[in-house]
Amino acid sequence: MPKVLMKGNEAMAEAAIMAGCRHYFGYPITPQTEVAAYMAKRMPKIDGGVFLQAESEIAAINMVIGVASTGKRVMTSSSSPGISLKSEGLSYLAGCDLPALVVNVQRGGPGLGGIQPSQSDYFQATRGGGHGDYHMIVLAPSSIQEMVSLTVKGFDLADKYRMTSMILADGTMGQMMEPVSLDVGEVKTYEKPWALTGTKCERKPNIVNSLFLKPDELEIFNNERYKKYAEICKTEAMHEEYRMEDAEICIVAFGIAARVAQNAIDEARARGIKVGMIRPITVWPFPKEALAKAADKVKAFIAVELNMGQMIEDVELAIRCRKPVLFCGRSGGMIPTTEDIAVKIAEAAQIGG
Amino acid sequence: MDRKAVKRVTVFAGHYGSGKTNIAVNYALEQKEHFDRVAIADLDIVNPYFRSKDATDVLNEKGVRLISSPFANTNVDTPALPAEAYALVHDRECRAVIDVGGDDRGALALGRYAPDIKAEDDYEALLVINMYRPLTANARDCAEIMHEIENSASIPFTGIVNNSNLGSATTAEDVLESIEYANEVSRLTGLPVKYTCVREGLYEALKDRIENLKPIRLYVRQSFDRRRNEDA
Repeated sequence: MPKVLMKGNEAMAEAAIMAGCRHYFGYPITPQTEVAAYMAKRMPKIDGGVFLQAESEIAAINMVIGVASTGKRVMTSSSSPGISLKSEGLSYLAGCDLPALVVNVQRGGPGLGGIQPSQSDYFQATRGGGHGDYHMIVLAPSSIQEMVSLTVKGFDLADKYRMTSMILADGTMGQMMEPVSLDVGEVKTYEKPWALTGTKCERKPNIVNSLFLKPDELEIFNNERYKKYAEICKTEAMHEEYRMEDAEICIVAFGIAARVAQNAIDEARARGIKVGMIRPITVWPFPKEALAKAADKVKAFIAVELNMGQMIEDVELAIRCRKPVLFCGRSGGMIPTTEDIAVKIAEAAQIGG
Repeated sequence: MDRKAVKRVTVFAGHYGSGKTNIAVNYALEQKEHFDRVAIADLDIVNPYFRSKDATDVLNEKGVRLISSPFANTNVDTPALPAEAYALVHDRECRAVIDVGGDDRGALALGRYAPDIKAEDDYEALLVINMYRPLTANARDCAEIMHEIENSASIPFTGIVNNSNLGSATTAEDVLESIEYANEVSRLTGLPVKYTCVREGLYEALKDRIENLKPIRLYVRQSFDRRRNEDA
């Protein structure tokens, strides 16, 4: 299939359509508005396609709950402040065990913050997002091509585990353009015997609900959910390694931060410093095993993030604080430069092995 | 360049991501080689990142006046236009290059200046097209977007700029393949293809094979990604 030139936001929208998503509900917010704009153009041209601009983010996520309960693939997207508005709905999706795809093209915060790129919703995304004991599968693309493949993967995992998948992108990933192939391969579909599709008086009614009148019943559901999460942590964590073979320093970075880090690694290698990178592709589940293994070999880690230091806590947990973890971050819409990272690499190189 | 043949006002509009901004900046710098006073206006009220304001340094250095929202590239997410943008239509001694935001929504801002531009009747309005953008990949869809923009901006287009590209991955073959597409858009819209743009690195390989070919230097780019920029 020939390549096309796409913005990250458009690529996620098109990939969702290719994954069989026919229902999109959203509300505009910079820097993710092109997802909605693209869906508005494409969905009316597709058989059964629905694009609906809701009256608010809260309305949009509740529309997602409605469609998800019928077993259809459904998606919404927003940026940081809008995701906070959706967080009640995210919790309800989890409480009802419903599959859905939610995109967060992060911008600087807290509050209204700004429209420039950020990764400061890491805690919010990886710890669930709303109230209650739950997780979402969180995918962090670092190229437009990966935005396509992870959108398809996100729908697949959501259906497979009956839970929400989130694409955790940032403003730069949403806005930048790269050539992509839209060949997504075969799209898997799942039986959904739990879905509300009408009984036709032939079966017992299905119930989709997150309210429990008896605490012991609620606990059983929570325990079942956490068994599922343990299985996901074991089998679904994804990461990519870059120049780790002989690395003495390991950078950990996801999304756009990993792109900058890769340049910094090449420059440091040219100066004779052995640096590599582990790039989490899923940030929940976090690729703990890969980091624990790396901790046996390297003398220090550097977490590079577009925030004040969030993923660094997962790095320290994964390696049980066995090695020092330095932090290189910018916030408020700023992106760490290769020079910022080079300073931290030099600092890490001074640490005795 | 035939100075007399060049219209005073040149408008670049099109589907978002078609490459309007870099083409407008290049065109303004080219104009400055032939005219004393040249201004470029960033009327993009849609796109939050990668704007002509990113080319501020080179425009200042060459003496091209940049008219841009004071809020461009800041966190103020307001579709504001500067009052000085009226200079585009009122100062008839100055060449004006107008970089319009993407699609019909972006073109709405141009409507404010359209009556004056049309009254003066010394303008060129160019539709920038890219075959490798999915929503304009087919000539018919491209013509549809053209009509949406025209309706929104209240200015009829006068020509087409073929800027078909795949970013830094563009090959000479990709550009050659787009010629038939540009001609098809031309047939459907009745607008002539004024020129085809390629990034500088491809110009030598293509200059004898494509009529009216213009090399484009990328001033507005995704600067976090150094190696890609070097490729470009």
